[in-house]
Amino acid sequence: MAASLQPQSASPLVSLRGVGKTFANGLTALSAFDLDILPCEFISLLGPSGCGKSTILRLIAGLSEPTSGSLAWSDATPADHRSEIGYVFQDPTLMPWASVADNVWFPLRLRGVSKREAASRIDDILSMVGLDGFARAYPRELSGGMRMRVSIARALSLRPKLLLMDEPFAALDEITRFKLNDDLLRLKRELDCTIVFVTHSVYESVYLSDRIAVMTPRPGHVAATMTVDAPRERDARFRASATYAKLCGQVSDILARAMILPGGAS
Amino acid sequence: MSETARTQPKHSASRIWLPAIVFVAAIAAWEAYVRMAGVPAYILPAPSLIVTTLVADWPVLSVALLVTLKTTLAGLALAVIGGVALALLLSLSRVVEYSIYPFAVALQVTPVVAISPLLLIYMPQEIAVLACAWIVAFFPILSNTMLGLQSADRNLLDLFALYSGNPMTLRQRLASRLKALWLLRFPAALPSFLTGMKIAGGLSLIGAVVAEMAAGSAGVSSGLAYRIIESQYRLNIPRLFAALVLLALTGIVIFLVTSALSRLALRHWHESAMEPEA
Repeated sequence: MAASLQPQSASPLVSLRGVGKTFANGLTALSAFDLDILPCEFISLLGPSGCGKSTILRLIAGLSEPTSGSLAWSDATPADHRSEIGYVFQDPTLMPWASVADNVWFPLRLRGVSKREAASRIDDILSMVGLDGFARAYPRELSGGMRMRVSIARALSLRPKLLLMDEPFAALDEITRFKLNDDLLRLKRELDCTIVFVTHSVYESVYLSDRIAVMTPRPGHVAATMTVDAPRERDARFRASATYAKLCGQVSDILARAMILPGGAS
Repeated sequence: MSETARTQPKHSASRIWLPAIVFVAAIAAWEAYVRMAGVPAYILPAPSLIVTTLVADWPVLSVALLVTLKTTLAGLALAVIGGVALALLLSLSRVVEYSIYPFAVALQVTPVVAISPLLLIYMPQEIAVLACAWIVAFFPILSNTMLGLQSADRNLLDLFALYSGNPMTLRQRLASRLKALWLLRFPAALPSFLTGMKIAGGLSLIGAVVAEMAAGSAGVSSGLAYRIIESQYRLNIPRLFAALVLLALTGIVIFLVTSALSRLALRHWHESAMEPEA
């Protein structure tokens, strides 16, 4: 079982060292959180509810500042990385008053791209996520899975280097979730971006990830990381395979041990 | 599925026909009672007499209607401008909100009937009447718009912060705030603002009528409420009823127009404006 720290040699895209986060109300969400996010990997943060998984994403996105520790990007000079980040929340969080196309346009609009300039990119991305012909629809008219596709399209509209996903499929039914899992893997291959995926599902994390970071309960830190030792091309056959079952069993064991680790006073 | 498809049109048609039948039946019963019991017109005029009076007195009543309508609409317009402007101001800063909002509430909960004599002392009559309409109509717009502005999706505001770049100077901060206001907070506030406006339309009419009654002076600028008081003094009960009918119709039209406006603005996206699924 590969529960080691960073075995990879590539220099990380983002590295977090000893990151702690205490909120104004005195709640400590994270303490001594260490993690390297490697270029082009699909890494899942797996842990129980309230272990600070979402806080990690907010810190990486720069939406909140760590109380202690450091967060560094790979480039030598510090730069504003926010336009290189795509963010997908658990809810689709679309603007209900705007059409699908206008929702996807939103990040581009904030970066000063006009609707006309963005038009062909919006079309491309919508067909990439399987929403051809829905540009003029309103979110109210779409199913939950389709709304999540719009949300993913919006996150991809700036062609981000890093895609942060916060339990994006948790509220969807299993059939829709499996479909979106496969589509996400396909999108990852096409776009070649790095994905940090927060989930509390062992099965989802194994199916999607190159690497899984298992977190302890609050205050969260990484109990162990595990490389998912399986080919990157995954489909229904992989889901039914013995390898998949074995990997899920291993991750479940690590998670069970992480739940009783000290520091994880729940 | 087929059952709902069949009952749906019948259902929406019944929403028009049922009250229409009740209305016609009530009017017919009223007319029949007045005729059969021989009730004198100065106690209870028959509906037919009210309609005749409405037509005969139209020159007087139409002028009065115009006066009241002008006051009501001007009061509503000022309430929309003032309410939205103050809601914006209060939503931009907690300090301003905490220091001003209680006084807006105090202004609202004080019955306007009690304020209007004071206003009539300090202001010319027309302005005082307008001020009354404004005071009652203003608050629902303020409170609803504020609620709407504050209920913008936190995650969308996060996305805004993520993509709109880091504001450095005070001026950039202000510009970024205004942009978020325009792109996210205004649309999010639209449904509750429109609800506030629907309430305010009716209240503005009430404010105008109350103030006219308190003012009670004759002249060119006297509205429907004044005509009602005057008719009461002169025991011209048919005209009183006719004026009352016009006031009720005005209220209904204001409600229908604001409702239609609301449905038009929200038709694509808000649950409240959705057609039931066919």
